[in-house]
Amino acid sequence: MTGNSPLLSVEGLTIDLPAQPGLVQDVSFEVGRGRSLALIGESGCGKTLTSMAILRLLPPGLTIAGGRIVFDGTDLLTCSPRELRAVRGGPVGVVFQEPMSSLDPTMTVGDQIAEARLLHLGERRSVALRRAEELLDRVGIPNAAQRVRSYPHELSGGMQQRVMIAAAIACDPKLVIADEPTTALDVTIQAEILGLLRDLQRDLDLAVLLVTHDLGVVADFCDDVVVMYAGHVVERASIDELFYSPGHPYSSALLASVPQSGSPRTRLAVIPGRVPPAGRFPAGCRFQPRCVHNRPEVCGRPQPDSVLAGAHRSRCGRVASGALTVEGVPRG
Amino acid sequence: MSGRMIVRRLGGGVLVLWLVSLVTFLMVQLIPGDPAQVIAGENASAADVERIRERLGLDRPVIEQYLTWLFGVLRGDLGRSLFTDRPVTSTILLAAPPTLALAVAAIVVAVLVGVTAGVLAGLAQGSWLDRAISSLATLGIAMPSFWVAMLLVSVFALGLGWFPATSYAPMSRGLGTWASHLVLPAVALGLATAAELARHTRGCVADVLTRPYVRTARARGATTGWLVRRHILRNAAIPVVTVLGLQTGRLLGGTIVIEAVVGISGLGTLAVNSVLQRDYPVIQGYVLFCAAVVVLINLIVDLTYGWINPKVRTA
Repeated sequence: MTGNSPLLSVEGLTIDLPAQPGLVQDVSFEVGRGRSLALIGESGCGKTLTSMAILRLLPPGLTIAGGRIVFDGTDLLTCSPRELRAVRGGPVGVVFQEPMSSLDPTMTVGDQIAEARLLHLGERRSVALRRAEELLDRVGIPNAAQRVRSYPHELSGGMQQRVMIAAAIACDPKLVIADEPTTALDVTIQAEILGLLRDLQRDLDLAVLLVTHDLGVVADFCDDVVVMYAGHVVERASIDELFYSPGHPYSSALLASVPQSGSPRTRLAVIPGRVPPAGRFPAGCRFQPRCVHNRPEVCGRPQPDSVLAGAHRSRCGRVASGALTVEGVPRG
Repeated sequence: MSGRMIVRRLGGGVLVLWLVSLVTFLMVQLIPGDPAQVIAGENASAADVERIRERLGLDRPVIEQYLTWLFGVLRGDLGRSLFTDRPVTSTILLAAPPTLALAVAAIVVAVLVGVTAGVLAGLAQGSWLDRAISSLATLGIAMPSFWVAMLLVSVFALGLGWFPATSYAPMSRGLGTWASHLVLPAVALGLATAAELARHTRGCVADVLTRPYVRTARARGATTGWLVRRHILRNAAIPVVTVLGLQTGRLLGGTIVIEAVVGISGLGTLAVNSVLQRDYPVIQGYVLFCAAVVVLINLIVDLTYGWINPKVRTA
């Protein structure tokens, strides 16, 4: 493949439950080689489903109803099961949300890190375990030679997540999908894990797709952002564009709801109402019932995904047409 | 599993055995009226009653009787049969091999059939295969083992002539002969346990399949076969082993019926005859022996937990 095509491209992805078509609808984004992209939104917006759909790891009952997912030239939605397995754990590694339950309690962490190498490279167990030890060392676990024989319950949550990361990079992937990798951890540990991911991204030239609901994490970590709301992508932007000139009322409201450490004793902005449950999404703009700029006669119609500038896109017709400007974070 | 834990479990087993010995001993004491008279029967002569009273030591104080009996048991002396006058220990050891062989063979059948069927059903939840296995399992639990034994014997032994119809062949007559005699009764005895295990395994596999670590393994590129071998079997095994441990006691008791149907003279037959003859020393010996086997099996089950589940090892 040429260096210019994106490593991962998701186009028009739609995920259905039998009773609730359009749980995730028409989601498109791209991850460039060595780049980091955040998929951000409130709980239930479909960001985790979207990330799981890439390797077709959706829970039973959920189906991919449309779209294309192309990774490094392979269409993951039409390829054979064998081709799909070759991608899983090989050029694409995954770090899941809850390290404790995502690690097999009956298997040593060394064996779990080595597993992908046995599967993809056909290495002997002893060889793969030596590599697992190096990987444990690489992700900052002291005493790797002993820890390789530990079981998950013998490690702290932070250590477990380091193990998950070591397992995800075991076969030198090009892309790591990290689904809320720090949500289950203490705040101090969160920073360490993010630091580790950032180091690995730089050192191994990894592309990272980070699923999170934490704007602070996004600001620290990512080049680009995809903002999701109720199964729609509402905005795609670079990190600077999102923070300083957001292109969607929802993005703007999200930014306003982050506590500012520089201005104590100010009232924290909240977004009124709650995310509609799947299956009861309003017609047209899905954010419209909670939007302070709501104009029913305009917003009740389907909103096109419009280009604002370059790669900056928004699903708010009024912002795109210049009829509405929303606020970002003040510069400086 | 640590040595300390094994010692602790062993200690627990010894305690259970002691309680069983106490109850077994009291069995004779709790006979209403004059135990010697009851044991000897209504038509016994006064001399016979007196002989039994003396043989069982019923004329001495209870504590003394118990201690004498207990120390005998500890030395492996369970007394003598009231009818054959042979030592109970050797009578039981003589009758044990066919029964233990039958029980072990039944467990093997149950595990092979039950776990395989359960894993298949669990992996293919909701499919026709799953429904077929679940229906067969219900049928297997519902059918009484003696009836299954009669059915198997009439079809495969009397009808097709593939296996011998009755009796037990000791291993000294050749492994093939020994095994061919065991197949039908072992299947008959193990079928209900297999059905129970299949249902349980299905549930456990279905549960393990929903666990995040299975998704993690899939995300590493694991095939279904790899998932089953490396992740599912081991994790589903923990509750399944528990059920198997509970079932072994039932299997040991179940041999009584199967032995009668297939004409094997083992422990079950011995127990039935002893009860009919009110041969208390033999009944006591049988109960104690079975308790020891069950305690031993539970110890093995406990040790297996530690091997399967690393969390138990440090507990």
